[in-house]
Amino acid sequence: MAQTPSLAEESGSTPFSSSQSITLRIARYNPQHDSAKSFMEFQVPYEKWTTVLEAILEVKKHFDHSVAVRYSCRQATCGSCGMIINGKPRLACFTKISELNSNVITVEPMNNFPIIRDLAVKFERLFDTHHKIKPYLIRDDTEITTNTKEFLQTPEELEQYIQFSNCIKCGLCNSACPTMATDSSFVGPQALAQAYRYVADSRDKGKDNRLKIIDDSHGIWRCHFAGSCSQVCPKGVDPAMGIQLLRGYMLGFRS
Amino acid sequence: MRESIIMKIHYGTALAAIALVAVHILMRLTQGFAESLEYDSVIANYKFLPYAGMLEIILILLSIHGFNGLRVILLELKQGRTYEKAVSYGCVAAMIALIAYGSRTIIMVNTGMT
Repeated sequence: MAQTPSLAEESGSTPFSSSQSITLRIARYNPQHDSAKSFMEFQVPYEKWTTVLEAILEVKKHFDHSVAVRYSCRQATCGSCGMIINGKPRLACFTKISELNSNVITVEPMNNFPIIRDLAVKFERLFDTHHKIKPYLIRDDTEITTNTKEFLQTPEELEQYIQFSNCIKCGLCNSACPTMATDSSFVGPQALAQAYRYVADSRDKGKDNRLKIIDDSHGIWRCHFAGSCSQVCPKGVDPAMGIQLLRGYMLGFRS
Repeated sequence: MRESIIMKIHYGTALAAIALVAVHILMRLTQGFAESLEYDSVIANYKFLPYAGMLEIILILLSIHGFNGLRVILLELKQGRTYEKAVSYGCVAAMIALIAYGSRTIIMVNTGMT
């Protein structure tokens, strides 16, 4: 299905006043009614600073209110607007149209996630696997009972994991992972990178517990180091490196 | 068995197999390929126990490594408790069968059954 609707007249709305425009192809799919995904095309004006999310919202505002998209912060912090943009998983709010160097921009829902509708996908599996690896500090004492003093760390100890704590749970890494595409039980790069984040934290005492969780037939060993997770991470977390470092613990190279 | 132990065996068998297959190839270079595959030459190799022992070890290493690799591929293709158990036990059974069949040749030669 392809159509090019005309600009709807709407009082109080101001479309971008630009001479440049792109064709925005939006994947439409409602699992309750549709048997297959289709695309709708819209001509959207843009400025050099216009993001893909802004273009989609422009479509929602002026052309088709029914396009389903999840978004919130618009500044690559909430991790809500992950989608496939011109074949690559990206955050729509963090991707400028001008940087794509294309007159046609295709947006699709993320791979390896069940589709709710159009561009919105279910995050249950990501949150379940994230929760499974116990993403919190495990230790018997607390900061409150130890003379109400915080647990101190040296800058070197902080360096061990700080990069991995930038994860915003956007799911782009899981969307890009080839193992996730076939193995429905795989923990996934997001959860594995977070497992490393806590295992490498000097304040944490739950290393053995956490390593046991990921040491199963659909755990860390199913990563084939394609590295696509790290390529698409918008926050520079580098899950592939985290997984390799975590393997160092499992193989006895790190303690 | 924990997956980490299985994968340590997987990596270990790969490294050991590389070393022993290299020795095997070097041994084969001592004579021409056509000559190497002649009946008498093959029987002589199997009767030379240190070399036959090395071939047996290569067979075991490659069987373990290969069938575990196959198990991993099959587990990634499809999931389910029954399927996964069938794949794991099936691969172990196939591995034992292949080792037994390969060992049978060496044993037959050395017991004069050829």
